[in-house]
Amino acid sequence: MNESLLRELVPAVIGVLVRRGADFASAEDAVQEALIRALETWPDDPPRDPKAWLVTAAWRRLLDATRAEASRRDRELAVEVEPSAGPAPATDDTLRLYFLCAHPTLPPASAVALTLRAVGGLTTRQIATAYLVPEATMAQRISRAKRRIAGLPLDQPGDLGTVLRMLYLVFNEGYGGDVDLAAEAIRLTRQLVALTGEPEAAGLLALMLLHHARRASRTGPGGRLVPLAEQDRSRWDTRLIADGVRVLQTALARDRLGEYQAQAAIAALHADAPTTEETDWVQIVEWYDELLRLTGSPVVRLNRAVAVGEADGPRAGMAALAGVSPRLPRYAAVTAYLHERAGDLEQAAKLYAEASRAATSAPERDHLTREAARVRHLLRG
Amino acid sequence: MKYLLLKHYRGGPAPVVDHGPMDQWTPEEVDAHVQYMRDFGDRLQEKGELVDVQALTPEGTFVRFDGEGRPPVTDGPFAETKDLIAGWYIIDVESWDRAVEVAGDLSAAPGPGGKPIHEWLEVRPFLTAPPAVTD
Repeated sequence: MNESLLRELVPAVIGVLVRRGADFASAEDAVQEALIRALETWPDDPPRDPKAWLVTAAWRRLLDATRAEASRRDRELAVEVEPSAGPAPATDDTLRLYFLCAHPTLPPASAVALTLRAVGGLTTRQIATAYLVPEATMAQRISRAKRRIAGLPLDQPGDLGTVLRMLYLVFNEGYGGDVDLAAEAIRLTRQLVALTGEPEAAGLLALMLLHHARRASRTGPGGRLVPLAEQDRSRWDTRLIADGVRVLQTALARDRLGEYQAQAAIAALHADAPTTEETDWVQIVEWYDELLRLTGSPVVRLNRAVAVGEADGPRAGMAALAGVSPRLPRYAAVTAYLHERAGDLEQAAKLYAEASRAATSAPERDHLTREAARVRHLLRG
Repeated sequence: MKYLLLKHYRGGPAPVVDHGPMDQWTPEEVDAHVQYMRDFGDRLQEKGELVDVQALTPEGTFVRFDGEGRPPVTDGPFAETKDLIAGWYIIDVESWDRAVEVAGDLSAAPGPGGKPIHEWLEVRPFLTAPPAVTD
């Protein structure tokens, strides 16, 4: 028996119990207790159908809990609805659980925590460690989330877009620690792709795989940020890249383009290039055009300007910035880069320094401060 | 005993060394400084003295209650004159003397020319609960 098998069964089992009318919080508690029981007894007495075993054990726990509180009459009624053990049905309960956990009424941070707990099967402690907050804080966040979705019907079709955005949040959070959230996000997204077959879910999976493949080369000694152009491409994980490209091609073949597929296509073109100079910048700009058409996002417009700068030169890049608000995060960093490429070092140094003050992470701030220092040094030397 | 070591963007006693803003150092000097800070954190961790370290962005706002049913009052972004905290270390050390020693080490982080920046750091003991038993 291994822990990851157990983890994969958790959402399905919770889903079955909730479908049978249990409230979410009690269902989850019951499944956790059933898991403990499984860890104790399975090594000596492995079940033929682990999922059915867990469903039965968890359902009994639920009933025990109900019995403890309810009257004699309630108890007798509860015994009557006890199901017979047997093969557990329907994988689409898991999908419903995804939609419930990513419910639009939940704040993103709570949705993430709840999904990792209920669908991912992580413990509260593991989630707390991954998000660098005390366990009690995370426990509160999860209970608040459960209270908020208590009583929501589980048979309404959910919003896949919300689920995908939430998985993307998990992925972006996930570097290091006891639980690797990036790897966890990939595992969950893979599961979602298998459940839905939606091209956008596959697009997100491809995007995660392609980014994950470059992970080792993104930071230098002591956690220093290494920009794409300076990354050691021999450290990119070619197996993950191949996997990402394959997933993406299958998705694109379905001919229902969405923003994650377009982003993955851009990531694939970067992954495919032997050097920055040999990158197919023209095609990358075309994908950014698609992405802009799909999202209209100012952040996309900003990133597109960088690609235009590479494809058609820094002046064209700056022209592509027309209409983008200078208040966007990274606006200063992008203009700094374009000014440097255009040979305006004075302005570039000033903008890099400005960008470092606006940075939202310590590695990013250190990187931009260093860039400012580098350009000022070029000016003096 | 827990102590808070506060780094400031602005505020505190007048600087004793004018090393200029970091973006005007050489890239190597920036690297050396960042590396020093990292090693410093690692050393504290190895000694079991590090509780927490966090950096803050230069943005911030004062907020206060403005009466029932009204949105809180804010004073807008920090004005130039305000004291401005850049980040903190929380350390758990044996004594006040050790806390001062740690802050001294942090203040010795290298700046231009590899010389210590002599940055002022604020050291504040945590208030603790009174002991349940006095011996």
